[in-house]
Amino acid sequence: MAAAVSAASVWRQSLAQAALLLLRRPGVRGLARSGRISFYMTNYGEEGTHVGSAAALDSTDLVFGQYREAGVLMYRDYPLELFMAQCYGNMSDPGKGRQMPVHYGCKERHFVTISSPLATQIPQAVGAAYAAKRANANRIVICYFGEGAASEGDAHAGFNFAATLECPIIFFCRNNGYAISTPTYEQYRGDGIAARGPGYGIMSIRVDGNDVFAVYNATKEARRRAVAENQPFLIEAMTYRIGHHSTSDDSSAYRSVDEVNYWDKQDHPISRLRHYLVSHGWWDEDQEKTWRKQSRKMVMEAFAQAERKLKPNPNLLFSDVYQEMPAQLRKQQESLAQHLQTYGEHYPLDHFDK
Amino acid sequence: MELSSLLTRRRVGMAAAASTAGRLLRLGAVRAEGHCRRLRRAGLERGFLQPTSAGKDAAQKRHVAHFTFQPDRESQEHGQTQKMNLFQAVTSALDNSLAKDPTAVIFGEDVAFGGVFRCTVGLRDKYGKDRVFNTPLCEQGIVGFGIGIAVTGATAIAEIQFADYIFPAFDQIVNEAAKYRYRSGDLFNCGSLTIRSPWGCVGHGGLYHSQCPEAFFAHCPGIKVVIPRSPFQAKGLLLSCIEDKNPCIFFEPKILYRAAVEQVPVEPYTIPLSQAEVIQEGSDITLVAWGTQVHVIREVALMAREKLGVSCEIIDLRTIIPWDVDTVCKSVIKTGRLLISHEAPLTGGFASEISSTVQEECFLNLEAPISRVCGYDTPFPHIFEPFYIPDKWKCYDALRKMINY
Repeated sequence: MAAAVSAASVWRQSLAQAALLLLRRPGVRGLARSGRISFYMTNYGEEGTHVGSAAALDSTDLVFGQYREAGVLMYRDYPLELFMAQCYGNMSDPGKGRQMPVHYGCKERHFVTISSPLATQIPQAVGAAYAAKRANANRIVICYFGEGAASEGDAHAGFNFAATLECPIIFFCRNNGYAISTPTYEQYRGDGIAARGPGYGIMSIRVDGNDVFAVYNATKEARRRAVAENQPFLIEAMTYRIGHHSTSDDSSAYRSVDEVNYWDKQDHPISRLRHYLVSHGWWDEDQEKTWRKQSRKMVMEAFAQAERKLKPNPNLLFSDVYQEMPAQLRKQQESLAQHLQTYGEHYPLDHFDK
Repeated sequence: MELSSLLTRRRVGMAAAASTAGRLLRLGAVRAEGHCRRLRRAGLERGFLQPTSAGKDAAQKRHVAHFTFQPDRESQEHGQTQKMNLFQAVTSALDNSLAKDPTAVIFGEDVAFGGVFRCTVGLRDKYGKDRVFNTPLCEQGIVGFGIGIAVTGATAIAEIQFADYIFPAFDQIVNEAAKYRYRSGDLFNCGSLTIRSPWGCVGHGGLYHSQCPEAFFAHCPGIKVVIPRSPFQAKGLLLSCIEDKNPCIFFEPKILYRAAVEQVPVEPYTIPLSQAEVIQEGSDITLVAWGTQVHVIREVALMAREKLGVSCEIIDLRTIIPWDVDTVCKSVIKTGRLLISHEAPLTGGFASEISSTVQEECFLNLEAPISRVCGYDTPFPHIFEPFYIPDKWKCYDALRKMINY
């Protein structure tokens, strides 16, 4: 029964995420197309990797992501309001409107703010794991990245450092078949990412990323051993990027609709979990309909609210460069303020907090 | 330490960089002599292998350093002092840091045995191998790893073996470290990261053991770049960098590691960042430099006084970014003339930033165009170093022209 309850809650998380991301489907992509959000990246098809791994961690384990791990943050109950706030860059955004959409971060939920450069998080995650080891914190670090980012030098650096410095870290590679338009055949010629681990002395495993329980089990065991043995683990989760790379991408330019449909219809992590739950009698069509409707409503409401809010005060353009504002930067801030006094009509001041 | 690791192509000769340039050249001279004797015995006296200057003095004149280190007066304010050279002052600062802050760790290539410049000697034994440790040979990894440590709030002191090798870490420094706090809306930061790196000309370093890359980082809001001129300054500034809540790069003039000796307090103390120091007051011209070059312009000031009766105000900039605009401008408003000198190449060097700002702020006070005496726009040459560096004669000549403008 406990298993059923937890499976159902995992399922609900997945569905909630699916609902959020549902809104990015063709037909509702209008939100970005109409300029209300400048940009977005969906997570379609990879929900199993997010929820399966997140469920296997302690809530204080530090997460370093790449940009396609929103489900991990969602699993940790990050409110829809704040997801939206970051995408809209409004005054509720804890990131203070500084970055493009999907660059989430949350200190309380131990999710380090996303940055655009790929793989830079990998050696950073290793350093954080080293510090966690020294602090005897019984914490691990998990570091997510795609199979494309794994080609970066920073990935090599991170793996080697983790092994030689004996860090309690899980490297979680989402091998989703594409890095924008580049298929895996053009990304590497060896046996994927998992096969690289042993080259560094890292215990590695390849899992079916669309089997949420497989991902959960692998992550759970890796976590247990990382803490017990202070060594890194590499999990390569095989999955598929059903959506486009981003709203700036149209993947029909480089892959067939048939290929995408296969994964969408035949090997979707949410569908597989649903079938599992239904077959055990823990879920049914009515609950499905109700939950879909409910989550869609939640998402649309959060969107509407986020859209209505003002953007942060333009003074926030200047803060947090350093902990303290340097004198020269303060001068520049004053010069903008003065400039706006004369030329303010040419700037979208009405949309910004005063 | 294995011989093979000493002789890796990139590092050959650099374990000896801690020696004076003169000692190295004497060694070279002996080898040349022995080589010639062997050739004569082999009957190859007239062959092309015999150097034409064999046995003559001209080719083996001892190369004198282009500066004389001038110690500052001993500080009375920070308790008991001890004679230290620059690398010992660095060790002392690191020792103080690790003693005071249990989260502090030091890492990089070869730091465990004491470092190629002896800056970390004794620290691993004293504080343990989990706190002072070698990393694999990978600068982007060193800095990335250091950022990660700092993100958790622990103190990370990373060493990049030569500033010339900092470039693989450029992305981690510029795109990550510098922007961590800003991009996260201050949810996360890596302020407890300090990167230390040997910097500057050393007499024989050539392209890849002599560079001064501060200008590349000056263009990067979010980090601080600090360069000391002496052991006393080095310890205080390094401690400030380590304590500073922003990621800092601390460049250590390698030519001063042994050559600079003065009394340095044993206990920790800090010297403020972003504060230039007027180390000599004057009325006719302002001279600005940092690191080793401060000692060059000190001598230039003496020459100016003796030969031209000119009174120089000398400023050690100390922090490159954020830099102390007010101190420099205040001085130029007084003197009306500014000469800036650095080893790094002229174009895009940090003197251009200072020059541009000063002409904006002090235009009507200027009696002459601002002068920059810098390295040429070439990679740092090996055999031509004496011609490349902005030595006291070039600075003196530029000063003379400014006075006569």
